[in-house]
Amino acid sequence: MSLHDQDDPALRAAQEKRLRAVWEPPKGLFLRWTDTNNNQVGVWYVLTAFGFMLFAGVLALIMRTQLAVPENDLVTPGTFNQLFTLHGSVMMFLFAVPMFEAVSIILLPQLLGARDLPFPRLSAFGYWSFLLGGLFVSGSIFFDAAPDGGWFMYPPLTTRTDLSGLGADIWMLGLSFIEVSSVAAAVELIVGVLKCRPPGMRLNLMPLYAWYILVVAVMILFAFPPLIAGDILFEMERLLDWPFFDASRGGDPLLWQHLFWIFGHPEVYIVFLPSIALFAMLVPTFARRHLLGYPWIVLAAVGTAFLSFGLWVHHMFTTGLPKISLAFFSAASEAVAIPTAVQIFVFIITLWAGRVVWSTPLLYATGSLAIFVIGGLTGVMVAVAPFDWQAHDTYFVVAHLHYVLIGGTLMPLFAGLYYYWPLVTGKKLSDRLGRTAFWLLFVGANLCFFPMHLSGLEGMPRRVFTYPEELGLGGLNLASTIGSFIIASGVAVIVLDLCRSPWRPKAARNPWQAGTLEWLAKPEDENWGVRSIPLIESRYPIWDQEDFVRKVDEGRFFLPDAEEGRRETIVTSVLDARPVAVIRLGSPSWLPMLTALALGGVFILTTYHFYWLALVSSFATLGLVLTWLWVGTAETPEKPCKPIGHGLELPLYISGSAAPGWWAMFITMMADATAFSGLVFGYYFFWTRHEDFPPEGMDFAPGLFWPMAALALGVATWVATVAAREVHARGGVNLARTLVAGAIVLAMAGIFAGLAGPWLSGMDPAAHSYPAIVWVLALWTSIHSGIAAIMLAYVLARSLAGRMTPRHDAEIRNVTVYAHFLALTAVVTYLTIGLFPEVA
Amino acid sequence: MNRDPLKWHERLRVSLWTLIVPPAVWAGHFLFSYLWASISCAKVGSFARFPTLFVAGTVVALAIILVSGWIAWKQQRMTGDPPPHESGTQIDRLRFIAKSTLLLAGLSFVAVLFSALPVAFLSDCR
Repeated sequence: MSLHDQDDPALRAAQEKRLRAVWEPPKGLFLRWTDTNNNQVGVWYVLTAFGFMLFAGVLALIMRTQLAVPENDLVTPGTFNQLFTLHGSVMMFLFAVPMFEAVSIILLPQLLGARDLPFPRLSAFGYWSFLLGGLFVSGSIFFDAAPDGGWFMYPPLTTRTDLSGLGADIWMLGLSFIEVSSVAAAVELIVGVLKCRPPGMRLNLMPLYAWYILVVAVMILFAFPPLIAGDILFEMERLLDWPFFDASRGGDPLLWQHLFWIFGHPEVYIVFLPSIALFAMLVPTFARRHLLGYPWIVLAAVGTAFLSFGLWVHHMFTTGLPKISLAFFSAASEAVAIPTAVQIFVFIITLWAGRVVWSTPLLYATGSLAIFVIGGLTGVMVAVAPFDWQAHDTYFVVAHLHYVLIGGTLMPLFAGLYYYWPLVTGKKLSDRLGRTAFWLLFVGANLCFFPMHLSGLEGMPRRVFTYPEELGLGGLNLASTIGSFIIASGVAVIVLDLCRSPWRPKAARNPWQAGTLEWLAKPEDENWGVRSIPLIESRYPIWDQEDFVRKVDEGRFFLPDAEEGRRETIVTSVLDARPVAVIRLGSPSWLPMLTALALGGVFILTTYHFYWLALVSSFATLGLVLTWLWVGTAETPEKPCKPIGHGLELPLYISGSAAPGWWAMFITMMADATAFSGLVFGYYFFWTRHEDFPPEGMDFAPGLFWPMAALALGVATWVATVAAREVHARGGVNLARTLVAGAIVLAMAGIFAGLAGPWLSGMDPAAHSYPAIVWVLALWTSIHSGIAAIMLAYVLARSLAGRMTPRHDAEIRNVTVYAHFLALTAVVTYLTIGLFPEVA
Repeated sequence: MNRDPLKWHERLRVSLWTLIVPPAVWAGHFLFSYLWASISCAKVGSFARFPTLFVAGTVVALAIILVSGWIAWKQQRMTGDPPPHESGTQIDRLRFIAKSTLLLAGLSFVAVLFSALPVAFLSDCR
């Protein structure tokens, strides 16, 4: 299609009509919920997370009311325990993390000039999982069954079923389910940033928001899986009495603390970085200039991401670990202040060098930086171990973490709300209400949390439902309570502002005169994302590229049409964003919602010990996932290539490392391998905790033969799969099918060989932590062999059905990625359980 | 453009993987420090007064960071397009990744020194 064609208004109108029809959301009372478009799913996601924030806020108000005066009896101690546990858990798991995913699902395609993210159905699946798990966990408080062991659920209080009730299972299983949706979002966002950028948007032109999201999504892959590993051990102990955390049977409660905080500390940065990322978008807009120090922001984001994994033990300074270990973590905790400060200086310098427009979003941004810096400074204090020994478990820490989270997450999100509301709804929020709310929040936050530094230093412990009058802390606590209600009034003003929005007139397009791609969106809602996918030559194309908006609007860039009536977007290369292919995106479907329901059933039914029903639910999940894959992925296109304008013709099918699906598998398996490493950490952790390992009388328990046989079978499965891929690519379809069938048999045999070691030697997992951890490793690896067998069977079926050919071979290539990780898992597991007892 | 042939360090390919070499080395060193201390304390009950293994590990880590920083420093000075070096060109993309790698090398170097300091001051497993 030449440029000349796009001069014809009739042609453009016809293209727009086709695009509109293709991206038309499903209508009807029920059908509308099958939508997968990022505009809809993102908005549901944001509203749900916002709702959970309000809910957790109300819990906090009840707590503050209880603590307003000494010896109050508004709530019982048991209820108070549920309140603080749920407040922390909901704010972290159901507000902060999902909110970042939600905002990214809305913004990222717009920022990248893509029609949608690469896996819209996966986003929808993540949303429904989040909604279901969130309601399950939050609703428990209305049945007096909420978790009550603190948001970190320390054993043995929480693992002993005589000390804790159903709440612990609800926390563990409900939030595990939500972790699944977080990992799903991470896959979606990483592949989105790496593979769906517009042509020309090389890495150095990427909006900084996308840089932050890439970094944070990668952090999720390494932070959440250790918690998933911990959850597995935790539930094994609660449901089956396997003593991982029971010191009387060789377990250790500290193992949980390690696994929890390996997740828990990066988590703080996972919620902080995407919020600060919003500043990287709005600061240049209101400074009316390019952001200064672009590489410095990348330094800050990547540097913080790495260092944040070396901080976890600073939550464990008082557990009696050797001082040398504490000192390493103290050092890293101080070092992380460097990249954190760098990005704040970059924002200040950009404002300094620009011509500042003092808008409401910028007011929130600067105010939140002030609050954040106070929290950061107390962070430097508590990172010093001797200071922390004094402050640990006092309100000083409560003050610190709330300054960090309000200044680093909540207020930046409100800045983003005021900045991006016109993008989503086409309407501006009220400046008057926004500024009123800001001052209420700012004053309220300081009045609520500053006195907590003092009450903490004077001896007010955390997580107590009341305190005696003689402590003399009544005044400080009352001030905190008044402050909390002022914060609540600020949030109420924002809610009022949002509620009045539908009656306001539409704002102009790009109302802040920003320079980045997302502001191409028109106030009148269009679901297609971007009219034509632009060629990017600058970090701020709307400011710098001549006639940019008009060219996009007139479809003069790429993919201005939807001739085949399919939802499509362009895939580009990772470093330089060279166009690679056009991919067809998932359309509205019931499958994501049904799969989330079925998977939710597995977790929720297990909570109530309905194991048979949970098993049925897991088979339903498997069936739905296979259906989803069969009908919705790796479709053979009706023609090999299609033109996208400017004489470019791109393939409609790609496989291997150029394809988004391959990356999704690779990224998922990185998360899987990280969870596995958490379990392996458990094994070696027990080794360091015991004088003799394996303990007396259990020497060489699984023996050598079966672990080595299982290892050989795991490696053989991998060899057969890789061979099948190679033979298949060279056209040997029948030989490849035979190899795949052989690999299935090997994988199935691997299951039995893996379990035979601990089974035949009669290892009783309830007796001691050693047999328990051996069983867990063997089970994990055997289950992975089983999944490999299912995947390979799927590949065989696709081949036999003619849906996989040497030219269209995404299935076998993706399953090979899984096989690489299976081989790695088998080697590590069986060398550990088979050979380590020989050398230990 | 008439220019001298590229030196070896200018020919090295840069990518997102090379970008994370310095902080990954920090992470490796950190893990090494943690394991070294906790295994020494758990299994031996003490660590050597002059910990040869630890010093060697630290020197290796610092050396890798220095080399990667030096290569990045050279690469981010390669001539090409005019300042401010934020165009959508091959050379500006290279300079950007190299500059970011250099900055990360600086941060990682400091962070490794931070991790090494405790061993200079603490001498037992209490």
